Amino acid sequence: MAARRVSSLLSRSFTSASSFSKGRSSSVSRGIGKYSTAAAAVEDPITPPVIVGHTKLLINGQFVDAASGKTFPTLDPRTGDVIAHVAEGDAEDVNRAVAAARKAFDEGPWPKMTAYERSRVLFRFADLIEKQNDELAALETWDNGKPFEQSAKIEVPMFARFFRYYAGYADKIHGLTVPADGPYHVQTLHEPIGVAGQIIPWNFPLLMFAWKVAPALACGNTIVLKTAEQTPLSALYVAHLLHEAGLPPGALNIVSGFGPTVGAPIASHMDIDKVAFTGSTATGKIVLELAAKSNLKTVTLELGGKSPFIVCEDADVDKAVEMAHLALFFNQGQCCCAGSRTFVHERVYDEFVEKAKARAEKRVVGDPFKGGTEQGPQIDSDQFEKILKYIDYGIKGGATLETGGEQFGSKGYYIKPTVFSNVKDDMQIAKDEIFGPVQMVLKYKELDEVIKRANNTRYGLAAGVFTQNIDTANTLTRALRVGTVWINCFDVFDATIPIGGYKMSGIGREKGIYGLQNYLQVKAVVTPLKNPAWL
Amino acid sequence: MGGDSNGSSAPCESSFVKMMPTIKFTKLFINGEFVDAISGKTFETIDPRTGEVITRIAEGDKEDVDVAVKAARAAFDHGPWPRMPGAERGRIMLKFADLIDEHAEELAKLDTIDAGKLFGFGKAVDIPQVAHMLRYYAGAADKIHGEVLKMSRELQGYTLLEPIGVVGHIIPWNFPSSLLFAKVAPTLAAGCTMVVKPAEQTPLSALYYAHLAKLAGVPDGVLNVITGFGKTAGAAVTHHMDIDKVSFTGSTEVGREVMQAAAKSNLKAVSLELGGKSPLLIFDDADVDKAADLALLGILYNKGEICVASSRVFVQEGIYDELVKKLQVKAKEWTVGDPFDPKVRQGPQVDKKQFEKILTYIEHGKREGATLLTGGKPVGNKGYYIEPTVFTDVKDDMLIAKDEIFGPVMSLMKFKTIEEGIERANNTKYGLAAGIVSKNIDVINTVSRSIRAGIIWINCYFAFDRDCPYGGYKMSGFGRDFGMQGLHKYLHTKSVVTPIYNSPWL
Repeated sequence: MAARRVSSLLSRSFTSASSFSKGRSSSVSRGIGKYSTAAAAVEDPITPPVIVGHTKLLINGQFVDAASGKTFPTLDPRTGDVIAHVAEGDAEDVNRAVAAARKAFDEGPWPKMTAYERSRVLFRFADLIEKQNDELAALETWDNGKPFEQSAKIEVPMFARFFRYYAGYADKIHGLTVPADGPYHVQTLHEPIGVAGQIIPWNFPLLMFAWKVAPALACGNTIVLKTAEQTPLSALYVAHLLHEAGLPPGALNIVSGFGPTVGAPIASHMDIDKVAFTGSTATGKIVLELAAKSNLKTVTLELGGKSPFIVCEDADVDKAVEMAHLALFFNQGQCCCAGSRTFVHERVYDEFVEKAKARAEKRVVGDPFKGGTEQGPQIDSDQFEKILKYIDYGIKGGATLETGGEQFGSKGYYIKPTVFSNVKDDMQIAKDEIFGPVQMVLKYKELDEVIKRANNTRYGLAAGVFTQNIDTANTLTRALRVGTVWINCFDVFDATIPIGGYKMSGIGREKGIYGLQNYLQVKAVVTPLKNPAWL
Repeated sequence: MGGDSNGSSAPCESSFVKMMPTIKFTKLFINGEFVDAISGKTFETIDPRTGEVITRIAEGDKEDVDVAVKAARAAFDHGPWPRMPGAERGRIMLKFADLIDEHAEELAKLDTIDAGKLFGFGKAVDIPQVAHMLRYYAGAADKIHGEVLKMSRELQGYTLLEPIGVVGHIIPWNFPSSLLFAKVAPTLAAGCTMVVKPAEQTPLSALYYAHLAKLAGVPDGVLNVITGFGKTAGAAVTHHMDIDKVSFTGSTEVGREVMQAAAKSNLKAVSLELGGKSPLLIFDDADVDKAADLALLGILYNKGEICVASSRVFVQEGIYDELVKKLQVKAKEWTVGDPFDPKVRQGPQVDKKQFEKILTYIEHGKREGATLLTGGKPVGNKGYYIEPTVFTDVKDDMLIAKDEIFGPVMSLMKFKTIEEGIERANNTKYGLAAGIVSKNIDVINTVSRSIRAGIIWINCYFAFDRDCPYGGYKMSGFGRDFGMQGLHKYLHTKSVVTPIYNSPWL
């Protein structure tokens, strides 16, 4: 059965019998042959169909230069060329932005408007986004390198969806009336927390903007946002539209720039009431520390992961291969919840590895603006170098490189889809977050064993479970110490579904109703009751 | 008295009578199409400003309800509406809301000529509120959360909130738009399909909304409108074996029939929003001027044709006399006239039957010994206009203090202590709403918890809000409209349970 599946799949994709041969040299050399024509295409990048309109900081509703006058280049990851020079904020700009946000919060009108009026602004914004879908998607792809089709068909629509979702929550933020043990009338008011500092990463510049900005605004907060220095452009573009939709000045301020000079002043600012950070665990620790050292602002962190994807012995291997492939390779492997430890039951392990390798080799790498491209370049040279270094660790550590393992083409930051088999739990590639297109396939025997091994990590962001057996699914679901379990699916990111980490993958949950809590204070209001009719 | 005290000599003969909108929709709306009644019958809908016929409307009957239920059933059992994500239903509802905003003026005109409602208010408030209501529930469509349960054994349990199915809605004539959407909007959000019967007095706007729903992308069969009478179309809805839930707003007597019909047929779930005789308690510390305004608004808004009208005004003895004086002056300043006239605050009663009923109650009041402070007569000699009417020295056992009059007739009563006020306020078969005017937090909290009514307005009245549920205690009905509770009425809870093995926690 397994053999038939393997051959039928291979006959569809590759005719060469050599596909069956394992070992590094043959697959890599064949890989080069396959990639050679596509690689030529990435040498001559397609001109993005969009103009960069906004490169300055956004403070109090105005696009302004940095106080220092400095700028930094944002690069096209396809080539390493400069797209635009962007105003480079620092502590002084953060102070200006916080002052604007503070004023907009303390004096209004944003938190003083009715929730329904806030919702109308957010609904209008979503409509404007839809009208500019393709321009926005092009800008996102240009700055980030992700496939244009992914930007245009998934991420920008999802961005609008997030804003509509939280727009719908603005007028449904309910406190409680509380039955105290005594003659008291008690109610809880869910109030906006104040000025929120938000620091977002480069892997999903727009979606991370939506995850943070939409709930914060729906609750009536004001914001100082720092975008990633790799991807400052799309946030400025949408911020312009948000004001067009009716957002008052100062409710959202954006300071582009670097972590130590913009991120740190936000995290340690005495007038910011809350900070939300998405990024690496190492930086998350710094954010938490700065909050502790400054004004004890509340902190939510959405950090790294090394998420297990568990393929059980009863799984449909073809589907599992495809899902595991997407779980890891989606967005060039630059996902915090990437399924980067693929645990496969020993009964289906060999078949799985063959097919996973074949699927990786089929993956279309190339200019993200080209139709059909599944994988663009990594974000920048740092990440590119880091990933190649990890691939090297994998080879030196004794894992079997099934395919990929090197740069794709000779320009920009493209890396070939890479699959390692025979990975052991204590290898560095099985422990660290690589954040690139590198799949690690591990073998297991028993359910208890895989639970232990899947949990044997300092991370706890997500997990995939592939099985048709409800008991296995339930057992794994409850045993895995992670914030999201996807059963027979992966990377399902609807606005309604909370996401966040156990252990060192972070603190708090974003999205869904849970995402509101990050941006609300709870105030208990208590009054004695005289002669109450009931208690 | 007519013109001299209420500012308009001949409301029904003013030039505003000409402001007739073109009537576009007069047929039943079934499965996305406007169709004649199977019987071919029609009925008249009347302009209460003149008593003249506006147009003839298809008169639906049991056979038409059957066809509509079939369409709704098919749309529910096999159609896309309950099967699309809530977010997508929400998108269509947002579109629907935008279309209503675009046609606000025309819709407001329809309710004015059909129900005698104030046009300016309708255009500026009532109709936009309908769009807001749709947007509110559009935003709720993807926030219908079940719960994951804390089971006492090794079981995984959760609840699914599923759309209840085909819903029958029976809508009254006093708020043809607002009350239609108090029901239709959450039903749409829940993923249900429906058969709506508007009141025979006010069928026009409902048909127009059905047309806009189709334009917005609401799939055929989801929203069906059967115009006609309670005894025929309404009864067919309540008795239907294929309707899963019926929601009725109207009188307590008819509510009883609805519930009986549900009991006799398929035990369909019922929610009822019925009559009221809501108390407004004004305490000695109140600002008398403001209290008088609130008391008048509470009974005169929408000509007193509102189930939550503050028809029993209890005034603490210390300010009673002063309040009476204020009411006398203010009631006379309350302008009655053509509802298209922007200066007018009160249009005609909805129809001849209501008009006569109200005048009969006024006679009862006089006969039983209440003092007619002001009003008490028709205004003009055409249409169904009645003067703002205030009775003082009303006793709790008088008919005007016990029955729902549903007109601009206030009963003013005196009380001494908080306890007395509470007891008398609660001494009614109804329990829909109550108002409190006081600045004393202890008085307010005590009274709020003591009054057996579904909504308490403190230093305000008619402070309706989309997010704020309201509905009745006692014989004012059961179930709540508005808010997330208004949505949960249209959902079933399904519990799903399965054993779990080797769970590291329980």
